[in-house]
This record gives sequence, C-alpha cells and structure tokens, in this order.
Amino acid sequence: MNNPRYNSSELLICISARLMEDGATCFIGTGIPMLAASLAQKLFAPNLISIFEFGGVGAQLDKLPLAVGDMRTFNRGVAAAGICDIMETAQRGFVDYGFLGGAQIDMYGNLNSTMIGDDQQNPKVRLPGSGGGNDVGSTCWKTIAIMQHDVRRFIPKVDFITTPGYLSGPGKREEAGLPPNTGPYRVVTNLCTMGFDSETKWMELIALNPGVSVEDVVKSTGFELIISDHIETNPEPSDEELEILRNEVDKDRYYI
Amino acid sequence: MNVLSSGKGALIQPPDMDEFREWNRTHKSRELYDKRMTEQEAVSKFLIDGSYIGIELYGTVRAPMSLVREIVRLGFRELKCAGQGVFESDLLAAANAVKKLDWTYIGFEVYGLSKSARNAVENGYVDALVEWSNAALSWRFKATAMGVPFIPTRVMLGTDTYEYSAAKVVECPFTKQKVCLLPALILDTGFIHVSRADKYGNCQIDGISGFAAEMARASKRLVISAEEIVDEDVIRSQPDKTIIPYYLVDAVVEAPFGAHPGEMTNCYERDEDHIRKYIKATKDPSELQKYLETWIYNIKDHHEYLNMVGSDTLDNLRIGGQDE
Repeated sequence: MNNPRYNSSELLICISARLMEDGATCFIGTGIPMLAASLAQKLFAPNLISIFEFGGVGAQLDKLPLAVGDMRTFNRGVAAAGICDIMETAQRGFVDYGFLGGAQIDMYGNLNSTMIGDDQQNPKVRLPGSGGGNDVGSTCWKTIAIMQHDVRRFIPKVDFITTPGYLSGPGKREEAGLPPNTGPYRVVTNLCTMGFDSETKWMELIALNPGVSVEDVVKSTGFELIISDHIETNPEPSDEELEILRNEVDKDRYYI
Repeated sequence: MNVLSSGKGALIQPPDMDEFREWNRTHKSRELYDKRMTEQEAVSKFLIDGSYIGIELYGTVRAPMSLVREIVRLGFRELKCAGQGVFESDLLAAANAVKKLDWTYIGFEVYGLSKSARNAVENGYVDALVEWSNAALSWRFKATAMGVPFIPTRVMLGTDTYEYSAAKVVECPFTKQKVCLLPALILDTGFIHVSRADKYGNCQIDGISGFAAEMARASKRLVISAEEIVDEDVIRSQPDKTIIPYYLVDAVVEAPFGAHPGEMTNCYERDEDHIRKYIKATKDPSELQKYLETWIYNIKDHHEYLNMVGSDTLDNLRIGGQDE
C-alpha cells in the first residue's frame, strides 16, 4: 500500500479526478474535490463546469480555492451568482455530479457529518454539520463520496444521517420525496472504489487501489460488502498526474 | 394540506408575516437620510441581547468581521443565530455570545473543525441546536424576502437533518408528491459587508453574492459595513449593480478591510497567518482568551484593530483591482 512514488492523498485525488467528466456540471466541495476538479481540468476535462455552492460557476481552477466561497471559485468563471440560484439549479436537475464527504458512511451510502453520539442536543463530538452536503446528496443526479477507509467510518448504521444515500434501501429515496433517479454513484477511498448494486442499492467493491487486497478492504469495512465478479485495479497515479498535481494544482501544499 | 410529519427541532424564530409587513410599514423609513455611523454606534443602536441575528457571507469570505468583533466587544450573551459560518460564528461561540443556534455548518473548511463552536455545543452553553442544510437556511431567508410564511423544497427529506430541524413534510396539493416545507426566518438584526455603499445604504457587491440579497430582505434591522462609502452618483450611474436598496438598511459603517482576516473580492486576499494564529489559539482556553483580549477586548475600534494588524501586512494582502 505504501508506495514511495505517491502518498495516500495524492492517490485519492488522482482517482477522484478520473471520475470527472468533460462537459459535465459538477458540484465541488472543500478539499479533495477541488483538487480533483482542478487536476481533471488540466489533464482531460477542460470543459468541466465546476459549481460552488455560494455562487461560483464554471471557474478555471488555476489557483486552488481554500473555501467554497472564495474568489478562486469564480476565477474566469461564467457566472458569480448566489447560493439560492446555485441550489435551485441543482433542484431543477441541472447538476450532474456532486462530491461529498463525511465522518461515517453506511452500506446505502448515507453520510454523517453532523455528530458522533446518540443525543443530538448533547453530542459526544460535534462535527461541522450538513453545510451544502444534504442539498448535494438530495438534488444532484449522481454523488461521489470521498472517504478514508476504516472500520470506524464504514459502519452498518451511521450515528446521524446528515446527507441521504439510498436511506434504508431500494425505493426509499423516492418514498421520502427525493427526486427519482438520483443517489450515490461511487465511493472513493484510500483502499478502493465502490459502486452500488442496481437492485439492492448496497455498496459493492468494484476496483482495488494498487497493492490492496480484497481482504484488506473487507477488514476495513464494518458491514458486509458486495464483491463484484470483475474487480478492476485502479492504475497508479501517472508521472503526468503527479507532476501537474504537485507543481500546478497544489503547489502550496495545502493538501498533499 | 396534509402534514405528514414534523421535525422535532425547536422553531427558534416563529414567522409572523403580518407583523413583518407592519414592521416594514412603520419602522423602515422611505426617506433618504445619512445613515453613516461607527461599528459601536450601529451595534449598540440596532442589536438587543436576546434577539435573533444573521451574518453574511461567512467568516473567511466577505463577512462583516469588524461588526462581529464589536458584537463580541459589547458582551452580548443571549443571542440567537443562524449559523452558516466559519470564523464569525466561531468567534461568537468563543465569547459565549450565542445561546440558540439554527445550524448548518460551522467549521474552518481546509483547516478542519471549529473548536469554539464545538465546545459551546458539547459543554452545553448553546441550549437549542436545530439542524438545517445550507440551501434550507438560504431558502428560509428567501421565503421571508418573498413575504410568505414558508417555502416548499426537495431537500432534507428522509434524513436526520430533517428529523432535528423544525421543517415539516407535507403532501403537495397539486402533485401529491412529498415536499419539505421550510418556515420563513425573520431576523431581528442582519449584518452584511459589501463592496461599496452610499451614505443612505444603497449597496453593491462585487463577486458572488452569497445570500446577501435574501438576508437583507429578511432582516427587520439591517447593519451594513462597506469597504468604501461612495457618492450617491456612483450608485445611480450603475443601479443594476445595486443588490440592497437603501430602504432596507438602518446603519452604514465605513470599514476598509472590514472582512479581515477573511477576503474581499477584488480588494484583498485572506490573511492566512492570522487565521492560523486564531485556530491555534482555539485549542487552548487561555490562549483563546489572550487572543480575544489582544484583538477585541483591549482594542477600542476597527481603526485600532487595523493598526494592530499593521499597514505592511494589509498592503501585502491587497490585490489592486483584479485577481492576480
């Protein structure tokens, strides 16, 4: 797993970047999604339309934003709007992908970024809260969660559902009133990439990171995973990816 | 309309749109008059302890930090607050100024969790904590801006964010779909930092507008700080840029570098060193107290604060007119 050519953040960023689609609209959150979007724009997706919740649309991500509302989120963009316009754009079905993160995730892709404990008024640990997470998870067509993979984070029941995945299974999003045909698409971790089984909406291992075994993933997951019959291996970060990531995307080393 | 369920969070600020209309009729002057004053005058005149406040945009981006520091300096203890924040919400929490919170996000983005807000919740100083999403809070302002008591949306459904909010799920009378109704949020006092304003309070913002338009229209009292006070003619020569017209505004404070240590579009970058210094201080109660004393309590006003930051630092942050 430890490779002298790259560290774990660099691997996560490169694998996330490869999921970006040229020409797609993509809701970008703080951290790794910003780096991944910037890397993808520089490598193969020059027309990736980044959308930031406080109003930035279509920025050229030449300099890494440090906040979802900072000037770089609309640097040479097509619009500098406001949060209502952006959230309404997603609610109207205009946003293809959304990136998410959290402290905990379950097999249906439900995410917790609100609290650890069982009493919302007196939590053991208070986390930042939903922010735009719930909105992205509710209204974007496909969401991609980026997580560190361990048994404390991948658990059968999250302490708090901040952001909806498939809730308690197939059909439950629609039953709750969420827009049809939306939901989790991929989970990217330091160990592997997972999708969701189309019937059961249960998390499924589809690709391993270099040097990681199925057993490593199973040991680090607190619920039973569906293991795909055709597990791929995610290619290592290429020299070109690493070079652009280190020398252009995050040259001030905020993340990597 | 058939109410299917209700979130169990407290409705901290129940909306009364008729009272709001009446307020706007009797308390909001249509007259053009000079509203310029200092931070101290504005905050003491238009903020009462125990009232409900909102702060736009958020801590490291175009937030009215000179006003927030004044709120802390004046020692408010019982505020209710819509928390869509970073630095500003954390400062208020650090000073034990907030008792009730409609919370969507309080953290430091790249720098991680918000220690003071977290402490205030974990140690119980905050006695009501109600969950919302970012869109939900902004749409709650939008409902008030529209003058209606609620707004239907398709977020928060099916989650604990909804369960611990004060929203309701109803069956849409037209489509039979489930929709999430958000109650309008009327602020007793709103605080917004803008790029430029005239002395009457006509305001223009460069760059993203966050939720300034909606929040300004959802505030019973509105305190504006501006990087620059401009002549009325500047406003009238480009009225399409005006996002907040003067009749919404009660006070105009001239505050160059008013968003420091955050950033201001086309004016200055964020002061990373200062932000890091604050975050480091939040990890130790005595260091935090020292920070508050140095940068707020022992300082008279924003002018003195800027002197403390120093003109060299400020000059380095300045971005003369365009993104470099």
